[in-house]
Amino acid sequence: MSGPAPAPPIRALGLSHWFGEGEARKQALHDLDFEIARGALTVLMGASGSGKTTLLTLLGGLRAVQAGSARVLGLELAGVGEPGLRALRRRVGFIFQAHNLHESLTAMQNVRMGLEVHGRQALANWREGCAHLLGLLGLSDRLDYLPANLSGGQKQRVAIARALIGNPEIVFADEPTAALDRDSALNVVDLLKRLGRARGTTTLMVTHDSKIVDRADRVLVMEDGRIVEDSGTQALAWSRPIAPRRADVR
Amino acid sequence: MTAAAALERLLGRLPLGWLQLAHNRVRFLAALAGVAFAGILVLMQLGFMGALIASVRLPYEHMNADIIVSAADMNTLADGAPVPRQRMYEALAVEGVAAATPLYFGKIDWKQPDGAIRTLDTFGVDPAARPFRTPGIEARRGDLALADAALLDARTRNAPKGLFPRIAGGETYRFEAKNRTLTVGGLFELGGGFVTDGYLIVSDQTFLRLFPQRAPGAPNHILLTLAPGADAAATLARLRAALPAYDVAVHAIPEAIAREQAYQTTQRPVGIVFGFGVVIGAMVGVIIVYQVLSTDVADHIKEYATFKAIGYPQRFFLGVVFEEAFVLAILGYLPGLAVALGLYKLVATVTGLPIAMTAGRALVVFLGTLAMCALSGAIATRKLARADPADLF
Ligand SMILES: Nc1ncnc2c1ncn2[C@@H]1O[C@H](COP(=O)(O)OP(=O)(O)O)[C@@H](O)[C@H]1O
Ligand SMILES: [Mg+2]
Repeated sequence: MSGPAPAPPIRALGLSHWFGEGEARKQALHDLDFEIARGALTVLMGASGSGKTTLLTLLGGLRAVQAGSARVLGLELAGVGEPGLRALRRRVGFIFQAHNLHESLTAMQNVRMGLEVHGRQALANWREGCAHLLGLLGLSDRLDYLPANLSGGQKQRVAIARALIGNPEIVFADEPTAALDRDSALNVVDLLKRLGRARGTTTLMVTHDSKIVDRADRVLVMEDGRIVEDSGTQALAWSRPIAPRRADVR
Repeated sequence: MTAAAALERLLGRLPLGWLQLAHNRVRFLAALAGVAFAGILVLMQLGFMGALIASVRLPYEHMNADIIVSAADMNTLADGAPVPRQRMYEALAVEGVAAATPLYFGKIDWKQPDGAIRTLDTFGVDPAARPFRTPGIEARRGDLALADAALLDARTRNAPKGLFPRIAGGETYRFEAKNRTLTVGGLFELGGGFVTDGYLIVSDQTFLRLFPQRAPGAPNHILLTLAPGADAAATLARLRAALPAYDVAVHAIPEAIAREQAYQTTQRPVGIVFGFGVVIGAMVGVIIVYQVLSTDVADHIKEYATFKAIGYPQRFFLGVVFEEAFVLAILGYLPGLAVALGLYKLVATVTGLPIAMTAGRALVVFLGTLAMCALSGAIATRKLARADPADLF
């Protein structure tokens, strides 16, 4: 009835990473093999220094792959140059622990920066798109505020909107809910899960928040640069036709 | 439409550079003041340089002559050894030369009632000839034949208040110089420069009485007029062949102007100081703009790293820095130009120097400001390399 299973958005094979030179050289990732299914919300856990962030930066194209293979959205990252990494970054979204909003841009303008990278044509109806997404994150009454006039949680939600406005195929998030209160955090996770179901958006999130872990499709636990536990359903959370990319977030 | 909206339309993106600059008002104003200051400095130096060039040209332009014969070692109208009168007769014999007249040059101190001294560049001329086309000189040329008669430059700097209107009204003015009493019977309009406050015209006879050490047979220059229809270049060539080059130099008037302008601007301290001022002004501008732009880049490294993570290419960041550079150039230059125009007016009134803005100079300094800001921006973008998106998590 259906064709061959679509290639997973993330597949790592023998992925290793080192920091430092000579004496100080230290292995941060050890020979990782794993796949992540389309549309799933995968939570990455593990003690500080276990390699979670390193893994995220490699898979998101923020760091060059040193050894092994990382195939993300059909692109082999090993050996790909800066232009290739940049092309990948435009197809994924990052949510950092620090919001890193631009101080001289309003909430709307900060979110718009996530669209503008796709060119002028992506800016058609940008106001409606950005306002709608900020509304989903509970910020309808803060659209034209500068970051200085927003609370920490509000700023983080603007940063989340900036990551999602370009309809990324994968969202990489590193402790995104640290600055959020309980309700906002769950709201964000629900939004990501909805995107996963509606459009097949894949989320890989580092978090230790048990309420989020409970809602994850899959939980990976890291220790000293290795994946030591892999729990949760391996089945595809997403099984509907592929929605067109960069459609409005509904 | 706001500035931001206009820029957004122009750039087709958020005017991030503008918004960044406008966000930090104090830094923005400091940067604009720096650019304006550099512009004022450069415009003033160029204005003085222009005034120097104009004031060199002025006396030549009043001469009723096509060619000037001077000593071979002459750099300016005011220096060079006397020319033997014999050269005048040799020149007159050359085909194409219609008339020749001697021009004597000396400096006279004009003592003011308050004891201050004005320097008058004094020309001794043959009252029967027409060495100057200046209307005031032409009209009163006959009067010069009287002993110790003089015509005075009505644009002479810092003359006693109300003196010139009284002379113009017919009053005879006398003053002591070189132990003689000169009688000013009329005025003409010329205007002083950096070295001299104004000009005085006397007859050759009066000149020799004022400067008794000067030999009557040796004026400073000989002014030649071409015969109607004579070929200027060919006549010049014939003159150079006929007159000994070790003794005299022969120049068409425009040539002589260009030579003295080059000498005054590149060999004399005043000219060099002005040129130096232009360089200093440009350097001040580059340093201030670089400081502002590099601090601004450094302050936004995390945001830029975030934009790199989003997928913005290097040229986007270069665009932002150059946008800032051009905003600073344009918004800094315009007030600088306005202040410089005011200062030009002030300097012209106070010193009588022929200082005036030209469209060409205003444009050149604007383009220079743009280039200066672009250069500073280009240096500041080196800091962009520090924005590493891998450091963000
Ligand atoms: N930029 C870096 N330079 C050197 N060592 C690093 C760097 N980033 C991470 N590490 C090291 O790599 C290991 C994994 O770090 P990281 O991926 O940040 O872990 P986690 O995110 O799980 O806390 C740690 O030992 C850490 O010290
Ligand atoms: Mg980490």
